[in-house]
Amino acid sequence: MNESSETVPFFFTADNLKQAEDVIRRYPSGKQAAATMPLLDLAQRQAGWLPRTAMDYVANLLQIPSISVYEVATFYTMYRLHPIGRYHVKICTSISCFLCGSGKILQTCRDILCINFGETTIDKQFTIDEIECAGACVNAPIVQIGDDYFEDLDGVSMRKILESLKRGEQPKAGSQRGRQCSCPAGGPTTLKTED
Amino acid sequence: MLSDKNRVFTNLYGFQDISLKGAQERGDWEHTGSLMAQGRDWIVDQVQKSGLRGRGGAGFPTGLKWTFMPRQVIPERPHYLVINADEGEPGTCKDRDIIRNEPHKLLEGALLAGFAMGAHVAYIYIRGEFYREAIVLQTAINEARSAGLLGEKACSTDWKFNVELHRGMGAYICGEETALINSIEGRKGQPRLKPPFPAGVGLFGCPTTVNNVESIAVIPTILRRGGEWFAGLGRPKNTGTKVFCISGHVNTPCNVEEEMGISLRELIERHAGGVRGGWENLLAVIPGGSSVPVLPKNICDHVLMDFDSLRDVQSGLGTAAVIVMDRSTDIVQAVARLSRFYKHESCGQCTPCREGTGWLWRMMERMVNGTAHMAEIDVMEQVTRQIEGHTICALGDAAAWPVQGLIRHFRAEIENRITARARAA
Repeated sequence: MNESSETVPFFFTADNLKQAEDVIRRYPSGKQAAATMPLLDLAQRQAGWLPRTAMDYVANLLQIPSISVYEVATFYTMYRLHPIGRYHVKICTSISCFLCGSGKILQTCRDILCINFGETTIDKQFTIDEIECAGACVNAPIVQIGDDYFEDLDGVSMRKILESLKRGEQPKAGSQRGRQCSCPAGGPTTLKTED
Repeated sequence: MLSDKNRVFTNLYGFQDISLKGAQERGDWEHTGSLMAQGRDWIVDQVQKSGLRGRGGAGFPTGLKWTFMPRQVIPERPHYLVINADEGEPGTCKDRDIIRNEPHKLLEGALLAGFAMGAHVAYIYIRGEFYREAIVLQTAINEARSAGLLGEKACSTDWKFNVELHRGMGAYICGEETALINSIEGRKGQPRLKPPFPAGVGLFGCPTTVNNVESIAVIPTILRRGGEWFAGLGRPKNTGTKVFCISGHVNTPCNVEEEMGISLRELIERHAGGVRGGWENLLAVIPGGSSVPVLPKNICDHVLMDFDSLRDVQSGLGTAAVIVMDRSTDIVQAVARLSRFYKHESCGQCTPCREGTGWLWRMMERMVNGTAHMAEIDVMEQVTRQIEGHTICALGDAAAWPVQGLIRHFRAEIENRITARARAA
């Protein structure tokens, strides 16, 4: 953890503090440690990453030892212990995406953004990471940007998405070939009698 | 082929309205209270009669699992139902569709299953990446609460029942039930030693049953149509319908609900548009998600897709994620990719898995480029045997099996590479 991780001040906003209280109520009384994960996520959504001060804040809020919170924050891969770019581009390279051309997607991202895995562009706009199976395998290859899945990609559609993000636009998530969820391209093979 | 009238998930692709109103039009939440009025024992009995086996991968009979919960609920030790939506097995994306397009089937199933086991709360553990899906599910929970289907008097019965979401944060291991329980409690997702089993000591130290999303979501339909209806589909001991995920080198990859025991070839050709370049272009299939051994074409020609048929050919149905590889595939590299996955996802608790998955990955990388020694193939096989069965959870087994499958069916391919490399040097 770098120095700013320990010095950057962190407090929940009033809205987030209220949300945090709602979260804690989901778990039995006395078991408030169960709220560690959702509260860390809330903190990360507020700050963009998880400085150590945010972990300590959550520990204090839940009245549990800081070390318990550090353990959680360092175990799960979606907690970010360093600041990242505005757009976090997570490229799935697991088996189905690998078979369907994630190599090409990765190359396109590298070519356009000129960074490698785990790196952030100089303008702090983009970070790319390799992720394990994202669970959208019949729509492979996919990338997740922020909370959105972009599916059925190829080099051309990947390029378009990155370029539109660079222009400050919000590209349409989901299948880039116009498929409805996991339905076969060209239309369903089942339940055709119903509309 | 499964006829449309026997399909459980009639909105799998989300062509229709996913809201409560749309779900009710499709028959969800219909007379749920009267199903509950028939009693806990009746529900468990119907689920046992249906022959439903857990859809998360292990295939343990769901009804039998439910009977492991204590009969009497002691107030200090409330019962919990935990629903495993930490879908992360490479190749698998079925629960995602159920959650985003059929959320009310899952919630109604949660109520019925929870009631049958004496639970007043269900926690749904959904993987962190499924943020949009979690919002859909939370919306459905709110709808059901407002309509009185969940809450103090769920479906106008005397049963109080609530469903809460808990989002994961990117750890495959949390799909293992005791790791998942630890994760909900706010700890690292490391599996617990069993016994004690969760039905005795589970979430917050209380009796807990963990079921997969698909296992729970089929429950309302089973109870409405009767356990015998479900048992009449598929093959003996491998009953009912199943959502298959067909990915990789097929013309139209898709999810589809089919009858258990459908032949692999029919499944691929009827629903996924066939293998790219035709059936003869098939090299191999991983039939049940990354954790089960790969099958070469000659077995794929005739194998049936159910738990026992696939076990008979030394593989498994797993999550029914069918990963198809055509002859352009570098099968050694594909398995090496899986080995990297398991190395990345090992929780680090047990030495054979923590160290062994790294060994397997590094050896597999040498097999890919042919720099391994011929004798290392047997060493690698031996390493898999020393991981398998020597760890707290099944992640070690899951890391071992794909490599074993590769050696069993594609040993010649590995040997050729080593020979070719030696000759070129």
